[in-house]
Amino acid sequence: MAIILDHVSHIYEEGTAMEVAALRDVNLVIPDGQFIGLIGHTGSGKSTLVQHLNGLMKPTSGNIYYNGEDINEDGFDRKNLRSKVGLVFQYPEHQLFEIDVFKDVCFGPKNMGLTEKEVQLRAYGALKQVGLEDEYFYQSPFDLSGGQKRRVAIAGVLAMKPEVLILDEPTAGLDPKGRDEILDQIAMLRKETGITVVLVSHSMEDVAKYVDRIIVMNQGSVMYDDEPRAVFRHYRELEEVGLAAPQVTYIMQELRRQGLEVGTDAITVEEARDEILKAVGRSRKMGGGGIY
Amino acid sequence: MGIIEAKKLIFEYIRRDEDGNVEGITRAVDEVDLDIRQGDFVAILGHNGSGKSTLAKHLNAILYPTEGTVWVDGKDTMDEKYLWEIRQSAGMVFQNPDNQIIGQVVEEDVGFGPENMGVPTKEIWERVEESLKAVGMYKYRKHSPNKLSGGQKQRVSIAGVIAMHPKCIILDEPTAMLDPNGRKEVIRAVRALNQVENITIVLITHYMEEIIHADKAFVMDKGHVAMQGTPREIFSRVEELKELRLDVPQVTLLAYELKKSGIALPDGILTCEELVQALRGVGKWQ
Amino acid sequence: MLRDITLGQYYQTDSVIHRLDPRVKLVATILFIVSLFVVDNFAGYLIAAVFLACMVKISGVPFRFMVKGMKSIVFLLIIAVIFNLFLTPGEAVVTVWKLTITKEGIRIAMMMAVRLVFLIIGSSLMTLTTTPNNLTDGMEKLMAPLKLFRVPVHEVAMMMSIALRFIPILLEETDKIMKAQIARGADFESGNLIKKAKGMVPLLVPLFISAFRRANDLAMAMEARCYRGGEHRTKMKPLVYHARDRIGYLVMFGYLASCIYFGRILKL
Repeated sequence: MAIILDHVSHIYEEGTAMEVAALRDVNLVIPDGQFIGLIGHTGSGKSTLVQHLNGLMKPTSGNIYYNGEDINEDGFDRKNLRSKVGLVFQYPEHQLFEIDVFKDVCFGPKNMGLTEKEVQLRAYGALKQVGLEDEYFYQSPFDLSGGQKRRVAIAGVLAMKPEVLILDEPTAGLDPKGRDEILDQIAMLRKETGITVVLVSHSMEDVAKYVDRIIVMNQGSVMYDDEPRAVFRHYRELEEVGLAAPQVTYIMQELRRQGLEVGTDAITVEEARDEILKAVGRSRKMGGGGIY
Repeated sequence: MGIIEAKKLIFEYIRRDEDGNVEGITRAVDEVDLDIRQGDFVAILGHNGSGKSTLAKHLNAILYPTEGTVWVDGKDTMDEKYLWEIRQSAGMVFQNPDNQIIGQVVEEDVGFGPENMGVPTKEIWERVEESLKAVGMYKYRKHSPNKLSGGQKQRVSIAGVIAMHPKCIILDEPTAMLDPNGRKEVIRAVRALNQVENITIVLITHYMEEIIHADKAFVMDKGHVAMQGTPREIFSRVEELKELRLDVPQVTLLAYELKKSGIALPDGILTCEELVQALRGVGKWQ
Repeated sequence: MLRDITLGQYYQTDSVIHRLDPRVKLVATILFIVSLFVVDNFAGYLIAAVFLACMVKISGVPFRFMVKGMKSIVFLLIIAVIFNLFLTPGEAVVTVWKLTITKEGIRIAMMMAVRLVFLIIGSSLMTLTTTPNNLTDGMEKLMAPLKLFRVPVHEVAMMMSIALRFIPILLEETDKIMKAQIARGADFESGNLIKKAKGMVPLLVPLFISAFRRANDLAMAMEARCYRGGEHRTKMKPLVYHARDRIGYLVMFGYLASCIYFGRILKL
């Protein structure tokens, strides 16, 4: 089953001079188990879009279906939906409030009305999933480091056992290692549980090596929706709207333009390396000189 | 003597439990020596919790050393009579753009520093105008800061510091909360100030691509300086940087990987152009 | 929803009223409020209404902005009217069950309603046409004599201006935290009062922590920019009276005098 967005628009102050379209005729299908990168600069509508997926915001026109049911229909259980479509906001550590880490993670499952035992089992499981050591469980969440707090906050959503996990800029403000750790953890979680993941980011470089599909938002509309390689081919258009393809894309394009016969589809450093080695090897043959 | 100098700078803070009993002492800055010359662009790198922000706060007397000494423009920061002179000559820009703008209107915020310094009204206006122009925010002077983007807010903050006519600006992770466009805006503004106005820049960050134009970089870890040198020297030590929870720009990493695979490339390649140029020499294409 | 609050918001445009010295506007607002309580006849209210309408017109602020600000006090207004309507003793007009509406009650309720509405429009006119910083500057200057009695006038003014700057930021933050907790299944609406109060904890704790963090950051940023209280400070926009400000005072006193004369002394 899937999330389907059918002609979804969200327009503020419609019909007045101050009309602003936060979303404009968005059509998307998010199938089970996919790993999606949702990219756009600030104000492109990506954060608005994800708040529609769990019913926090209502479209001003169009429909959103979760497993075939219209989520904005009267009588639809939106509270249940929010446990199925887990949304982790930007800087989620700012919403921690309990006296210890474990209690904070219990908040979500407790709100679902589960038994005490089930709540605790889930909280424990979620904290393990984000890779937090047991020794931190009974500390105040405010005493943890930035990266740890962020993990606790993510665990707080995972504990509801969502089928879809949406993370709004989960790496904002973290140092490079912290960023890689969080992303690796999410990738591993997805591999283990098969959960659908939507990763909101403004960095193509960060998501390129993880996701199956990239959705690029611009001015409230979907600009590109394809697998990463195909999206990065539009690197010039992306630049025009204030986004950038990964640096390797530029390197490969530039090498190609200067006459080295490399494929330009590499999206990670490893792929680029192999591609260049292959090309240089061939050009060595052609040029007759030695490079090693 | 340089504009900023630190000798054996140590900063310790005491951790206390809920009842106020001493739990232990944490050394956030550990025997740091710095010597920054007027007009330099210096970057201080380090992962979260490496002590780089604590160090930065010593450079304009927000924090005072537990041991050792910091001189700003030749003045010891411990000497109370120089406090306001030090804060004027070493301006500071902080991480969160919302939490450092005091004014309700852009121009009023930029005027806040000069007002505090007792600058005459007419001159405040001149300073505000030139500062806002220096960061390209003059046309927003009548706007409310709440309506600006993150990058614009940070540029206003920078203008607010320039209006105090500092010799040196310390930027404590000014881009950590910004998107890539905002980051570029801020770094561009900072570089222009360094090159055009010859203002000394101390940029604290963990984004490696922001420091490629720096004259010198320090890498902090556990409170002490773990590496120092030009960005090129620093970036050629990829493995060490990774151990310090940092990374290098993709192009540098690619060059490093190619070199490991046997292609003879120079160390510490920083830009796409450099890599293309270097490969051209190697592969003999065209 | 939280963004609808207009009281204390500035409406940017250029008008004589916008350019008036904030001290004039503060004094004028006080005099206007006084006038509302001085007058007690129809002529007086008519003068006040015409005067207010003229000021709104001159200010260039669209009238719907004033009305928007009114929404927040509708509840208060209704209560005031109902109380006065039923609880004023006097000549009975209608009696429903145990409640009696008196002639005096109707009169007082109507006066109350008009006063409240005018009061809100009048004071929002001041805030809509004066930047908050300007306003606090005006207050600081007007209250300067209080320094003799050791009232920390500058500090109070600075606190007010900071509070005003952070209100929109904290409102946005409240909205964000609320949404984040709703996404974790929190419920801010249903249940009885105690349950509701308990339900606020996940909102209030993060909000307070954030407010303290911001306050701490701001204090540091202010110190880094050489802030050390009101001493040694110069002003970027010092308050100087112009001809229009003197005229403003004249108009205001003229208005008050005519209110007193027509609205109170002269029995029409």
